[in-house]
Amino acid sequence: MKIEEISEKIEGKVVCGEHRLGEEITCGFSSDLMSDVLTTGSEKLILITGLSNVQLIRTAEMSDISYIVMARGKKVSDEMLNLARENDMVLIETSYSMFRTSGVLFSAGIQPLF
Amino acid sequence: MEFEFEVQGGDFSNAGQASSRIKKILKQLNVDPKTIKRTVVALYEGEVNIVAHAWKGKIKVDIETEKIKARLSDEGPGIANIDQAMRDGYSTASEEVREMGFGAGMGLSNMKKNSDEMEIHSEVSQGTTVMIVNYL
Ligand SMILES: Nc1ncnc2c1ncn2[C@@H]1O[C@H](COP(=O)(O)OP(=O)(O)OP(=O)(O)O)[C@@H](O)[C@H]1O
Ligand SMILES: [Mg+2]
Repeated sequence: MKIEEISEKIEGKVVCGEHRLGEEITCGFSSDLMSDVLTTGSEKLILITGLSNVQLIRTAEMSDISYIVMARGKKVSDEMLNLARENDMVLIETSYSMFRTSGVLFSAGIQPLF
Repeated sequence: MEFEFEVQGGDFSNAGQASSRIKKILKQLNVDPKTIKRTVVALYEGEVNIVAHAWKGKIKVDIETEKIKARLSDEGPGIANIDQAMRDGYSTASEEVREMGFGAGMGLSNMKKNSDEMEIHSEVSQGTTVMIVNYL
């Protein structure tokens, strides 16, 4: 599924990486634990998280994760934005909870990573 | 090639800078992406451990033709029981550190899984040294 469609389905707002909206995602992973995120990684993976801090962006960088959804109305700070731009990532904010975001994307055919 | 970085305890906004630099260098050297990933995940877990658990530390990375060696040494509280610390789920991370998303107690075992060789030496109230080797 294209990033653009994913963002629409969760009523998301793309705050970084607008030029990558046409890219395809096949699987998803939801977590609030950095070390958990560090066991994953794939080019077509979208991370759904309730975290929103600079460490999250660093952790995604180390895991080769390019697409992140910040659930439950979490806002992206300028510091996060700078680091995400540097790493050419896509960041999406949504007011949906992690559970709802995961459910919507799962029902739409995004595969679980594990 | 040798690289050295200073790491400050508690400085979460800069945590990961050393690992990020090494990642860029390994990419430039055209190292196999799987090896890059393993190496930087292990390094990053170690770097975050210094920031989360120690006072200050140094990361030394030595890239040779057949292997990457890293030595992460810190001045800090040390680890009294290394076997226990290696166990998944064991963590003494503070509430503040947990709120950031760390403290799952998985970091040391992630380091082990992502390195070919790993050694830990630690002295209580002095500090900890972790050495990892990944073969190219
Ligand atoms: N450099 C260090 N100095 C002192 N104690 C450490 C150090 N590294 C690890 N420890 C101890 O070992 C425990 C386990 O470390 P580990 O990295 O596996 O988990 P964590 O850092 O608590 O959580 P996570 O890495 O999953 O975010 C830590 O909670 C801490 O008690
Ligand atoms: Mg850790």
